[in-house]
Amino acid sequence: MREMEETIRFKLNNRETELVTDPNQILLWVLRNHFGFTGTKYGCGIGFCGACTVLIDNEPVRSCMVPVSEVAGKSVVTIEGLEEEGRLHPLQQAFIDHDALQCGFCTPGMIITAVGLLGKNPDPTRDEIVSGLEDNLCRCGAHTRIIDAVTDAAKLMNGGTRK
Amino acid sequence: MKRGNTKETTPAVQTGMKRRSFFKVLGGGIIIFFNPWGAVDLLSSPLPQPRSLTKDYNAFLHIAENGTITCFTGKIEMGQGIITSLPQMMADELNVPLESIKMVLGDTDLCPFDQGTWGSLTTRVFGPAMRAAAAEARAVLVEMASEKLGVPAGELEVQDGVVSVAGNPSKSVSYAELAKGKKLEKYLDIKPPVEDHTKFTFVGKPYTHSDAREKVTGKAVYTGDLKLPGMLHARILRPPSHGARLVSADTTAAEKIDGVKVVRDGDFIAVLSENQDLADMAVVQINAEYAPVEIKFTDTTIFDFINKGEYRVNVVRTDGDMDAAPALCEKVFENEYHDPYLAHAPIEPHTALARFEGEKLTVWASTQSPFGLQDNLVRDMGLTRENVRVITPFVGGGFGGKSSNRQGVEAARLARMTGKPVMVAWTRDEEFFYDTFHPASVVKVKSGTDKAGKIIMWDYHVYLAGTRGAETIYDVPNARTTSYSEDRSKYPVHLFGTGAWRAPNNNTNTFARETQIDIMAAAAGIDPLEFRLKNLKDEKMIGVLKAVAEKFGYQPGKTPSGRGIGIACGTDAGTWVAHIAEVEVNKRTGQVKVLKLACAQDMGLCVNPQGALIQMEGCLTMALGYTLTEELKFEGGNIRDRNFDSYAIPRFSWLPKLECVIMDRKDQAPQGGGEPAIIAVGAAVGNAIFDATGARLFKVPFTPERVLKAIKN
Repeated sequence: MREMEETIRFKLNNRETELVTDPNQILLWVLRNHFGFTGTKYGCGIGFCGACTVLIDNEPVRSCMVPVSEVAGKSVVTIEGLEEEGRLHPLQQAFIDHDALQCGFCTPGMIITAVGLLGKNPDPTRDEIVSGLEDNLCRCGAHTRIIDAVTDAAKLMNGGTRK
Repeated sequence: MKRGNTKETTPAVQTGMKRRSFFKVLGGGIIIFFNPWGAVDLLSSPLPQPRSLTKDYNAFLHIAENGTITCFTGKIEMGQGIITSLPQMMADELNVPLESIKMVLGDTDLCPFDQGTWGSLTTRVFGPAMRAAAAEARAVLVEMASEKLGVPAGELEVQDGVVSVAGNPSKSVSYAELAKGKKLEKYLDIKPPVEDHTKFTFVGKPYTHSDAREKVTGKAVYTGDLKLPGMLHARILRPPSHGARLVSADTTAAEKIDGVKVVRDGDFIAVLSENQDLADMAVVQINAEYAPVEIKFTDTTIFDFINKGEYRVNVVRTDGDMDAAPALCEKVFENEYHDPYLAHAPIEPHTALARFEGEKLTVWASTQSPFGLQDNLVRDMGLTRENVRVITPFVGGGFGGKSSNRQGVEAARLARMTGKPVMVAWTRDEEFFYDTFHPASVVKVKSGTDKAGKIIMWDYHVYLAGTRGAETIYDVPNARTTSYSEDRSKYPVHLFGTGAWRAPNNNTNTFARETQIDIMAAAAGIDPLEFRLKNLKDEKMIGVLKAVAEKFGYQPGKTPSGRGIGIACGTDAGTWVAHIAEVEVNKRTGQVKVLKLACAQDMGLCVNPQGALIQMEGCLTMALGYTLTEELKFEGGNIRDRNFDSYAIPRFSWLPKLECVIMDRKDQAPQGGGEPAIIAVGAAVGNAIFDATGARLFKVPFTPERVLKAIKN
């Protein structure tokens, strides 16, 4: 272990993991470069676009703004952690069914943000979906379909498909 | 079925693969070469064309020994959905399941030369040629089956990749069996036929993106997701302003950081590390001094600067007698329209990974023009074309902005300087700084009507926005279009890169034309839809206007009616569009909210209605940005907008109700779909603001400040 390095233990996509690292390393780069979870994207580097959003203890957080030390003892979920036994999360499936993506670069951040939203508010109104996703940017203009996908997934999840 | 003729010579094929090595690389089977570019207007390309396009065969289909069909093309996928629509076209011609078709895109070693993915050319030009090639492949396979089965070709039918005798399905042979052990090449001169649409199985049906699963699971690989052993992440020292000259740079502090390498070649200075954070940390440790740069103009004074310029003048078209026309008009209208610089702002910044193996260079890049990057690398790195391979993973949005490829050359230089694979992934700051912006531009229009509200004069002058969408679409007896382009030797204008921005400059031209039309309609006291119909002869334009009016539920009225409804129309990439916008204007704050946006589109045969609809929705949504907020702030060469805090792109809460109609034109050739629906939103919204308030806006975007000022005037 080098000077300044620490052992950081946390749960990553439902697996206990540990990492010896400079605690100031940015979580986004740790996830992408160390663990290879490249579904989490760099878009702006200062929290404005949402492409790097991950769940930390079920809360959507911009991983480009978080030093890795902050997740010690917590649970981090990336887009790669949403599938269960090969089954897509209802939000992932709804994004496919509604064609709620084009270039796909903002998609993981959108889906993770929506997972966080539905976790707190399982039956959101359209306005609540809009304000929940407002700070996630999409340049291709898939917005209308993303709203439809989240609306549908919310219905499905309440129906007991997955909760 | 009509099809092109095969040609049994062996002409040049432009690809990194040596002709004889095709089968070595691909395995056996059947290869159909074709040339889709015979009919393309190359002037529509945003970049100079370094290679001849018309003589050689530059796309091909491979039917492998296992029956898999692969199309190799230099096109790329950046969200526009060709990875879905092109296989639809091929599957129909070959009578195979959609899943059996694979696409290999944007790899300069495997794919034949392609000029780049822009101008909405893929479906309208490449598509029909590829369909003809697929039809030819089917004919070749049926011919082979005829020989094998001992039955005339006319008695055979094909379903799901199996050729069988009509009425006797047990007597059959599959494409895989036919391709087995073969090494057959066919060269096709394309004369794309218009197919009988009643025979389509896949074309014309809605399909969801075939790459969607990869994209919702995070598995889709973009350039920045790649990792090579020993790979270094680079950060490059950037000037504070375009045109700024480096006076001195002290890299001592950066060099002291453990695990960081500093390299320098003149004013090209970079820090590299296996650890991305360290590279980020090190680059800010460089103490650099730049000479100050004179500020010629800013985002607010640019238009005065443009108006004082000297330009290359091109009279695009003249009809009638422009000298006599003014005297014939009852009313004359003279206005000037302004359009600012716009950023592309794709969510994926420019990225490239470069690796040298001896003299062989491979670059993976987020680019709309892999072959353009290959040319840049050949030139800048002093390599032969055979030694440069460019591979294009998924591209996270382009919109015209990923065509100049600076990041690819930077990665290659650093790979050579360090002897390691190097990843250059621009920050958002760099993405804004080195964007090739939509150019600031000015349009001046002088037009006139007679007593009956017929347009009889149209004198149109466009500065720096080119001619796409510049010609009047109306039936005007005396009309002239003049285009003024930059002459850098006499009067250089742009202080930073400019280039194609989704439907390049058609937004500018359509905004100016359709606002001017609306002004004349209001002055004539005629409903703006009726005024347009009265002055149009173009049947397709009349068709889309009527269709959008019906979809919207348009009620005629003179403007300004107080309702907040505006109309505009235009053509782009062979496609006709008409828009109606409904807005709400807060007269106290000047804030504009678009409530509803309807669009009718005539794009000929629509290959994938779902994909086309998505592109329309994307255009309408993206258009809200240039209409309401997007305007690059700068002082001289210093770009002030460096992230999404100050450069506002559309968000969820801006979303109006979208209503789209695609005209049923199955009997016509397919046209462009990725760009047209963006062009008329600015004018439709501006006209709706006038309808709501009586205030006319001559400059996009319609910021609250400008709206308030216009209302007060």
